[in-house]
Amino acid sequence: MQPITLDTVQNEINKFLNQDVYLHLETTNGAYASHFNQSFFSVGAYIRNAKVNFERGIITGDKAPYRAGLKIELGWVYAEGLTHWEVNEDGQLLLAGHDAEGKLAVALQLSPHPFE
Amino acid sequence: MSQEHVLVVFPHPDDEAFGVSGTIAMNTEKGVPVTYVCLTLGEMGRNMGNPPFATRESLPKIRKKELQAAADTLNINDLRMWGLRDKTVEFEDPKTLTARIGNVIDELKPTLIITFYPGYSVHPDHEATGRAVIRAVEQLPEDERPAVHCVAFSNDCYEMLGEPDVVNDVSSVSHQKLEAIKAHRSQTEWIIAAMAEENPEKVPEVLKRINKEQFWTYKF
Ligand SMILES: [Zn+2]
Repeated sequence: MQPITLDTVQNEINKFLNQDVYLHLETTNGAYASHFNQSFFSVGAYIRNAKVNFERGIITGDKAPYRAGLKIELGWVYAEGLTHWEVNEDGQLLLAGHDAEGKLAVALQLSPHPFE
Repeated sequence: MSQEHVLVVFPHPDDEAFGVSGTIAMNTEKGVPVTYVCLTLGEMGRNMGNPPFATRESLPKIRKKELQAAADTLNINDLRMWGLRDKTVEFEDPKTLTARIGNVIDELKPTLIITFYPGYSVHPDHEATGRAVIRAVEQLPEDERPAVHCVAFSNDCYEMLGEPDVVNDVSSVSHQKLEAIKAHRSQTEWIIAAMAEENPEKVPEVLKRINKEQFWTYKF
């Protein structure tokens, strides 16, 4: 993955506008956070292969980490903490946020076909 | 006496690495066949390498290769990947999962099963896997049950279970064990680096006693 540059990633998001696409959205602090620190309130959520169609999709922020918002028919998709991006060999746009140790903390991904 | 056969059942590709791989290597060295059933590919892991070389989408493909490499290092010739999804094992139908594990037990007639201790293994996938294995063994007549050696590492496991009753000295295969740990590069390279730096704060407890693998025998 590459560090995010806004123009480049905005351009990639635009390619998914106004069509049915598949979404993977995730935040995680790991299943062991509360094991190592019992006062830590561990949370995480993911949705995989939600079919969405967005008319407006923006990535923004003054510097990394960045935020992204997708305006879908009846609501929004939102992620913050994004640091890296890649378009993989399957044509999927992968946006991710890695913490200082390189661990994944957030992911927002779009695909023209369902994720495996 | 029946032919020895070890069955290892874990949900994640690196679950065997730190606490069980030495025991596996000692068994395969003696010529005891080891079957390793790994339920998921650890698709939802957070470690992507540091600097990250994996993505959420490439991680399962990478971890599959890492698991195969670790199994080769340990001379496991029966590695079964079941294709469930990381973090979802506890949501699968318990009856189906138990029956599937029961089928493997019927097929292999293992003399020893290694899995997680339900209630004391922290990750919900570990718990669900351990529960399913115990249920499957419970369904066997008492005199046909293999021994079940459980891995436990919850903060209260010593308090609740006492000292582990099985402690294997695996120093004779420590090289193989280290290779197996290294094979799971995406998940372990930061630990390997901490070991090389001899940074005691970052090295997990389990590695400080790398030559001793410990288990609690499940009491039915
Ligand atoms: Zn695990």
